[in-house]
Amino acid sequence: MHPFSACPVWIIFLPLVNSILAFLFRRRGAQLGIVTAVGLVPPLLGLFWQVIGHGPQSYPVGGWGAPLGIDLYADGLSIIMLAMTAVVGIGCTLYATGYYSHGGEGKEKQHHQDSALFWPLWLLLWAALNALFLSADIFNLYVALELLGLSAVALVALAGGPSAVTAAVRYLLVSLLGSMSYLLGVALLYFAHGTLSLGLLGEVVNSSPAGFAAITLMTAGLTMKTALFPLHFWLPPAHANAPAPVSTVLSALVVKGSFYLLLRLWFQVFTATVTPSVANLLGILGVAAILWGSAQALLAQRLKLLVAYSTVAQLGYLFLVFPLAQGTGTGFSAWSGGVYFILSHAFAKGAAFLAAGTVLYGFGHDRIDELVGVTRRMPVTMFAFAIAGVSLIGLPPSGGFIAKWLLLNAALAGGQWWWAIVIVSGGLLAAAYVFRFFSRAFRHVGEISTCRRIPRSMELTALALALFSLGLGIIGPAPFEIIQISAPLSGPVLSGGLP
Amino acid sequence: MSVSVLYSLLGSTLFSLGLYGLAAYAQLLRKILAINIMGSGVFLILVALAYGPGENSPDPVPHAMVLTGLVVAVSATALALALACRVQETTGSAQLPEDESD
Repeated sequence: MHPFSACPVWIIFLPLVNSILAFLFRRRGAQLGIVTAVGLVPPLLGLFWQVIGHGPQSYPVGGWGAPLGIDLYADGLSIIMLAMTAVVGIGCTLYATGYYSHGGEGKEKQHHQDSALFWPLWLLLWAALNALFLSADIFNLYVALELLGLSAVALVALAGGPSAVTAAVRYLLVSLLGSMSYLLGVALLYFAHGTLSLGLLGEVVNSSPAGFAAITLMTAGLTMKTALFPLHFWLPPAHANAPAPVSTVLSALVVKGSFYLLLRLWFQVFTATVTPSVANLLGILGVAAILWGSAQALLAQRLKLLVAYSTVAQLGYLFLVFPLAQGTGTGFSAWSGGVYFILSHAFAKGAAFLAAGTVLYGFGHDRIDELVGVTRRMPVTMFAFAIAGVSLIGLPPSGGFIAKWLLLNAALAGGQWWWAIVIVSGGLLAAAYVFRFFSRAFRHVGEISTCRRIPRSMELTALALALFSLGLGIIGPAPFEIIQISAPLSGPVLSGGLP
Repeated sequence: MSVSVLYSLLGSTLFSLGLYGLAAYAQLLRKILAINIMGSGVFLILVALAYGPGENSPDPVPHAMVLTGLVVAVSATALALALACRVQETTGSAQLPEDESD
């Protein structure tokens, strides 16, 4: 057997084992976190090298093979998602070592308890994400999705306090409801077609009543977990009340997990079942999410809540992929635009939430109206927030710009210009809510409220993630070559004339 | 075959009842029970449909799925109950507040 073929197993088991160790040895949590972050790099590089060099890889766990055992599978989309998780995950791990190194304000004991439980839960979440991106059958995906949801809920509850706990319960109920709906869809697909494998289902699923029922149940469940308007109500309190590193992984990675699965199902399994009207419905809900999320972000009184509502708005763009891919010849453009949007949003929102968490850590509050002149207290953090803002708005040369350009191209080349209006006006709204904060943060005033000392690692990780989101706009076509590896669609990246 | 259809219909009814309970009741304990009823509905469908038409022995794959699903459901219920206790401790009531926390 090839020496690199066991890489997918390592990628799942290393964080899982370290999570259990971190639970047993609570004082060593931070060290185990760093061991995981460093230890994941070689198997990830090994897997990337294999997939880029030799095409998609499949690995039968324990040598049992598909019908009996569990197959792990990695193609271009999987490795791009794994890379995104690793970059944000390493950033969060380094940030958390600083964040949890000094006691919290006036609640030292609580803060230490948090840090003891943060590490096992975060490593479990990391394992669940890696398992999700490497799973090849819809039941395994259900298990990974549940692990992801349960560890994310527990992380939200870490902050203690009534608002965090109620947010966690809401999140848990929505997450379980979504999983149940998804599982019922899995049951229907299995009985209609006798297989659970994503690849085999893609060949046999047709527009039978069972197929329709399955796509409806699975899409409903997953959109609930991805917080698509109007099922977004649980997201802002959960993301805004969690501790800073937790908010970051929730917004940057966890919601992408369920959306990734939705992309796989729509473009690989239900290709024969999808109708334009359902795709348009998702697109319209996406438009509502962009408008509503941006409006709420404009009204938010707290910085973390502003960033959380911005996530609701940005997730709306992802759902435009479904109607845009229906246009003739624009399928790959829309699909790759969506994947690019996931990446750039993960880095930009990761940086924004880390920076907002640093503000809350430094000043003890994040009320926007009282954050006047903060750039002079924490210039590096605010610089990171500014770069992240550039990508969220979609200004060149950021990754957000490329993603929106691709979506715009798909809209105009596919003759669906009405979506383009939303994409452009969503960018204007994002500019409005980002600058609403900056108009206060950059104001010169005589005295600024005092700020506690901020560990260097917290400032630099936010900046690093922000630079990643900017770098996505500069590195050129390399990510497209990777996501093309056994992509469900093919075609030119930019179709037709330029928009 | 007709028996398995009967049981899957029963499973769907349980699923819908659970969905109704989740939406209709404010108390957390009832909501958690409602989710469990939904889960039982899905598991019943899986077990019932494992007897395919004209087969004597049932398909083992759905049974393995139900076993895994039960483990997941138990852990999720435990987490939900622990969180419900925390809600009771911190807010003094085992219900979700109506207004969105801000």
